[in-house]
Amino acid sequence: MVGLHKSEFQNPVINWIDTRLPLFTMMTKEYGVFPTPKNFNYFWNFGALAMINLMIMIATGIFLAMNYNASTAGAFDSVERIVRDVNYGWLLRYVHMNGASMFFIVVYIHMFRGMYYGSYKKPRELLWMIGVVILLLMMATAFMGYVLPWGQMSYWGATVITNLFSAIPVVGEYIVTLLWGGFSVDNPTLNRFFSLHYLMPFVITGVVFLHVVALHITGSNNPLGIEPKSEQDTLPFHPYYTIKDSVGMCVYLLVFAVLVFFVPDYLGHSDNYIQANPLVTPTHIVPEWYFLPFYAILRSVPSKLGGVLMMFGAIAVLFVLPWLDTSPVRSAKFRPIYRQLMYVFVVDVVVLGYVGGKPPSGMNVVIGQVCTAYYFLHFLVILPILGKMEKPLPLPESISNPVLTMGGGPLPGAALAKPMEKI
Amino acid sequence: MQTLRIAAVAAMLGFVALAPALAQEMEYPHQNWSFEGPFGTYDRASAQRGFQIYKEVCSNCHSMKQVYYRNLEGIGLSPDAVKAIAASVDVPTIGDDGQPAERKGLPSDHFKAPYPNDKAARAAQNGALPPDQSVIIKAREGGADYIYSLLLGYEAPPADVKMGDGMNYNKWFTGHQIAMAAPLTEGRVEYADGTKATLEQEARDVTTFLAFVANPEMEERKRMGVRVVLFLAFMTCVTYAVKRQIWSDVHH
Repeated sequence: MVGLHKSEFQNPVINWIDTRLPLFTMMTKEYGVFPTPKNFNYFWNFGALAMINLMIMIATGIFLAMNYNASTAGAFDSVERIVRDVNYGWLLRYVHMNGASMFFIVVYIHMFRGMYYGSYKKPRELLWMIGVVILLLMMATAFMGYVLPWGQMSYWGATVITNLFSAIPVVGEYIVTLLWGGFSVDNPTLNRFFSLHYLMPFVITGVVFLHVVALHITGSNNPLGIEPKSEQDTLPFHPYYTIKDSVGMCVYLLVFAVLVFFVPDYLGHSDNYIQANPLVTPTHIVPEWYFLPFYAILRSVPSKLGGVLMMFGAIAVLFVLPWLDTSPVRSAKFRPIYRQLMYVFVVDVVVLGYVGGKPPSGMNVVIGQVCTAYYFLHFLVILPILGKMEKPLPLPESISNPVLTMGGGPLPGAALAKPMEKI
Repeated sequence: MQTLRIAAVAAMLGFVALAPALAQEMEYPHQNWSFEGPFGTYDRASAQRGFQIYKEVCSNCHSMKQVYYRNLEGIGLSPDAVKAIAASVDVPTIGDDGQPAERKGLPSDHFKAPYPNDKAARAAQNGALPPDQSVIIKAREGGADYIYSLLLGYEAPPADVKMGDGMNYNKWFTGHQIAMAAPLTEGRVEYADGTKATLEQEARDVTTFLAFVANPEMEERKRMGVRVVLFLAFMTCVTYAVKRQIWSDVHH
């Protein structure tokens, strides 16, 4: 389709640009009048929050990189110098450091939202899978970022995690050497991690773009898990959801600010304020809190290769989640058993996180193994069977008339209409 | 159902709240510090006494290489006093003839380390390396409470403990055997401001100073934080009010 775009903008400058490059028309279509289900609850803020978080990380990261020295001799001191001597360097660093934690908090809630309300189901399978790719990229970025301050946990975390690849048969050792750029974690490792840590966020941005495009093809899911049927069921994105996302953004920034300004080191590990020393191993090597559940899965398998496979399997299983969950009903609101099991799953993951932060001995090992087993049981056994066995509650006819077709079951509309919201 | 949901939320919150404590094995007795809390500031007099202890005691073995003499203005010393302190140290330089020489220290110099390198430190310290003290408060579980406890934690070893050569028993140190001999004793320093130099007072003062050098930006950070939080709380209310207004025409 070649030809100038017929722009409806009145302003001559905007019209001139829009005729040749219809960016303004696109923005209006995708973020202005974009029809959005009118019954979102505040869980639907977290996609926008993740986007904001990504931008904050890139912005602070660029300025940190201007003052960072990617060498084993200078990295630790340069980070201290940023905090002490660079103008507002402490702010940059603490925002970036806690921004990683905030990012995972936001994304984990975003994922919980997707699982609870069945947002991954047809036709949004690819949207969900792209999301899992973003999660993987985020994890790689966060891991490499944590190495950069070159503290004890940076160094030993990098050693432990890169060594995992040596469990791969035949090519394992070769891959590890390639990752290290040598025969141990050292200056070349730090250099390539810095390079990749700078690159990855832009890759994430690209994949996020695909995520948003896919979202705007299918449209958003909603707490009822039924498709909008008429115009009555939707609202234009602006101003309804721009303002609702803004409320969420303010609360999010509030939590973020409390971490950054009052307890910047709260979520970190004290050992990372000791400069990396290959000759001294910390008592317990633990990753950042957001990796602890996966770390627990890794450690609950006695064999190295088995542990690595299980850990990556814990993410890989998310890729096929749309096909493991056989229930045709999306929202947990209408799936009484699934809804309860969702909370059991959350508790399971939290317990895994707790165990992951503990030394692997005694009861911790057993609890870790039980929870690991349940993690996979949930996806591989419970979801496929439950979808076929469970009797869902009757679905409402449409988003606007959630009460009309109600039979005997509990009223989802009553649960939906929070007193704070006038939906 | 409700119970499950509450359990899930509680478990999550509990995890976030306890995450840092997970790996911690010891509980150190908590002290009241001037720099605690959202409005905490460094007790200037205490930090200055703490600097005196660092200068007269700690700095004989421990470096503090991230810190500049100019940073001392942050604990209330005048620029002239800082200049004098810096000038009391000779720092290595290269002379006009290209040969190694020494010059008087400047406020822009880093704190001079007691040893030229780690090997020299180990050689002089029975094989042990006295850790750099720039961020020691942040680099230890328990932070200020730990350092304070450690300084007061020297005891005679229990009868059944066999001490290593040149090691000292400290009830708060991991493994209880520490290479550092008890650094502080009653009256170890004579405070310029006339404060009585009890062991507790010395430990408290030097810990306050160490907390300052680990987080010299803390007062500015918290001041800014209070303003940012107030602003965001206000913005949250305004935004929520606007949201209610905009959504007021949306019905079922």
